[in-house]
Amino acid sequence: MSDQKATTGGNGVKLNFSTDWKYAPAPETAKVQIKPRYELFIDGKFSAPAKGGYFDTINPATEKKLAEVASATGEDVDRAVKAARRAYDKTWSKMPGKERGKYIYRIARLLQERAREFSIIESMDGGKSIRESRDVDIPLAAAHFFYYAGWADKLEYAFPGKRPTPLGVAGQIIPWNFPLLMAAWKIAPALATGNTVVLKPAETTPLTALKLAELIQDADLPPGVVNIITGAGETGAALVNHPGVDKIAFTGSTDVGKIIQKSLAPSRKKFTLELGGKAANIIFEDAPIDQAVEGIINGIFFNQGHVCCAGSRLFIQESVADLVVRKLKDRMATLIVGDPLDKNTDIGAINSRVQLDKINEYLDIGQREGAEMWCASCDVPTSGFFCRPTLFLNCSQSHRIVQEEIFGPVVAIQTFRTVAEAIEKANNTPYGLSGGVWTDKGSKIFKVTSKLRAGVIWANTYNKFDPTSPFGGYKESGMGREGGLHGLQPYLNLN
Amino acid sequence: MIATNTTSLSLPDLSRSPTIDQVGVEERIERLTKRSIKKDSKVLALKLALSMIDLTTLEGADSDGKVRQMCYKAAHLHDALPGVPHVAAVCVYPTLVRLAKQTVNGTGIKVAAVATGFPSGQYPLDVKLRDTRYAVEEGADEIDMVISRGHFLAGEYNYVFDEIAQVKEACGAAHLKVILETGELGQLDQVRKASDLAMHAGADFIKTSTGKVVPAATLPVTLVMLEAIRDFYHATGKKIGMKPAGGISTAKVAIQYLVVLRETLGQDWMTPDLFRIGASRLANDILMQLTKEASGVYQSLDYFSKD
Repeated sequence: MSDQKATTGGNGVKLNFSTDWKYAPAPETAKVQIKPRYELFIDGKFSAPAKGGYFDTINPATEKKLAEVASATGEDVDRAVKAARRAYDKTWSKMPGKERGKYIYRIARLLQERAREFSIIESMDGGKSIRESRDVDIPLAAAHFFYYAGWADKLEYAFPGKRPTPLGVAGQIIPWNFPLLMAAWKIAPALATGNTVVLKPAETTPLTALKLAELIQDADLPPGVVNIITGAGETGAALVNHPGVDKIAFTGSTDVGKIIQKSLAPSRKKFTLELGGKAANIIFEDAPIDQAVEGIINGIFFNQGHVCCAGSRLFIQESVADLVVRKLKDRMATLIVGDPLDKNTDIGAINSRVQLDKINEYLDIGQREGAEMWCASCDVPTSGFFCRPTLFLNCSQSHRIVQEEIFGPVVAIQTFRTVAEAIEKANNTPYGLSGGVWTDKGSKIFKVTSKLRAGVIWANTYNKFDPTSPFGGYKESGMGREGGLHGLQPYLNLN
Repeated sequence: MIATNTTSLSLPDLSRSPTIDQVGVEERIERLTKRSIKKDSKVLALKLALSMIDLTTLEGADSDGKVRQMCYKAAHLHDALPGVPHVAAVCVYPTLVRLAKQTVNGTGIKVAAVATGFPSGQYPLDVKLRDTRYAVEEGADEIDMVISRGHFLAGEYNYVFDEIAQVKEACGAAHLKVILETGELGQLDQVRKASDLAMHAGADFIKTSTGKVVPAATLPVTLVMLEAIRDFYHATGKKIGMKPAGGISTAKVAIQYLVVLRETLGQDWMTPDLFRIGASRLANDILMQLTKEASGVYQSLDYFSKD
């Protein structure tokens, strides 16, 4: 491991990135409102949980408590589902699509207006850099509401010859890596198609979903159309197993996804699962190398690597492997890890201690397996949960760090010789969520992408999202699609 | 990577220059320009940028009086504000070199001359070489040459390579900056090839533009050239300088160039020896920002001398 902020090329020359010109701290300073305690959002009102339990949500960058939030039990879930059912029967399913659309547009506009506040809270609660929450998470969440608002009165045109009808009550469980964005991905299409919602945000990142509940109150959405209940795994299980729920939408780990699928097997509930991934990012020798290096950075270090579609397996054609790795190290030497609220931070805090421990365990496993570890030598804050961006060289398909999802800023690098070998190795995984291909040759893009078994494949870019584009996986990465026209279908009966 | 022969000059295999994806370059620039440079780091950057300026006048109307005034300004940017550095160089046409040299004598400011049939370069090689030798004899420390874009775009790389190598020879001890005129090269792949070619032919600096063609310097072009410099350094151990020129007129944009430089080549290049900004109006905007950092208020442009 290098202890200097410098990288060495083939003939011993060095670039020195520990410059005299330091960027002064540039923290986002706007004041935000976080209440000391958040209750459950059921039937349009905030109310205390039946059993009265609360848990803390902390700032992973400081380990300080931000607020306490209610822990919903079975009784609360029941109350939320019943509220959603009432709202579905009485108002939402009967409302013309055009009117539903107005409410969703209103949510989208309010979210845009309060984007700064939401960005800051997202970074405080989840640890992601303000650069990302400001430029990606919040604008994209608003874009999803705008996009699906437009579909609300056009569902017959989306499915010509069919008569689309809503399902009823959707139970939605979302992860901690993109808290508000995932809430938007789930709520927007459900509302547009005429369903009502019970949403459970992740235990470590409930705040922006609860702020969204406040915003939904301000938007005057009829009570019970959206209910947001907080809690841990048991709350999610109670929601999944509640007989009043017609559809489950889950984004999270493959392990939990399997449990959900098992428990839904005897029921008639529809479901979509968006689970883990171990994406192959493939760099061919005819790629635009410097831009490919930037794509590797975006692929694996975006959101601290807490991205199900992260490019965590890097395949480099052997003829350019040394060059790419050298350039990658140069680039990693300039990454700034630190305070998520600083506008210059590239990589923020790991979401929780549990996740940091898991990542560190994989760093040990990788070294024990004989892969060569290299970390960027950036300064890292002494408190809070932080992890240096890391790469592993000399990996093979048999390594656990290649096979298993680490969900952190860690990339496992392998080389390949031919196109066929790249495709074979890229597909040699139980996952199939995403992938990346880098080459200047258009025909190669088509050839390779048509043979990769993954739901989303980027060519000469990575981690690009748009509400009009469907997203979802093959194999253990889940089933069903979210986003785009495809994202309407899981919320509709089509007769 | 381009194979290099460090003992004698030879045309590199330009087919091995990496291809450039313009969308990717623009995204990288968008990210770099979002760096927030405040307080102490802003002051440091502003002073550094001032010290990297090639204060330029390249008009047909340039006269002794105009050059004399500009040369004084080069050494005395804003005497009301203590701690302001002087610019790196003044940049003039060859006939004004001698006067410029006398005027900046003793200040440490270099004199750069544009030569080789600036700005079009549409002259025979012997005329270009004479132009160069004349500027050097008049006392130029640095020669800013233009490449024959017509020959380059026609694929006559050997011609351009030999031209640069011969101008370099004619420069003697003077430093050679090679102007690619990227605004006429059409695409970033060509910028990369021209950069590789110029460095292999003996350029001490590579420079974006004459300032006479729009677009002149841009951040994406500069990033591509800096990456070429980085690869050349890794391959040969030689540090080539970079000079974006034309269109950089505000302190904010100048700082963005420094951010791109810092995060592409690092500390060793953060010096006027290896990075220059060719500009005629930039200095006053930087001075205005520096005054604001010191006093807390902006002053009107009437408080800054226009030479």
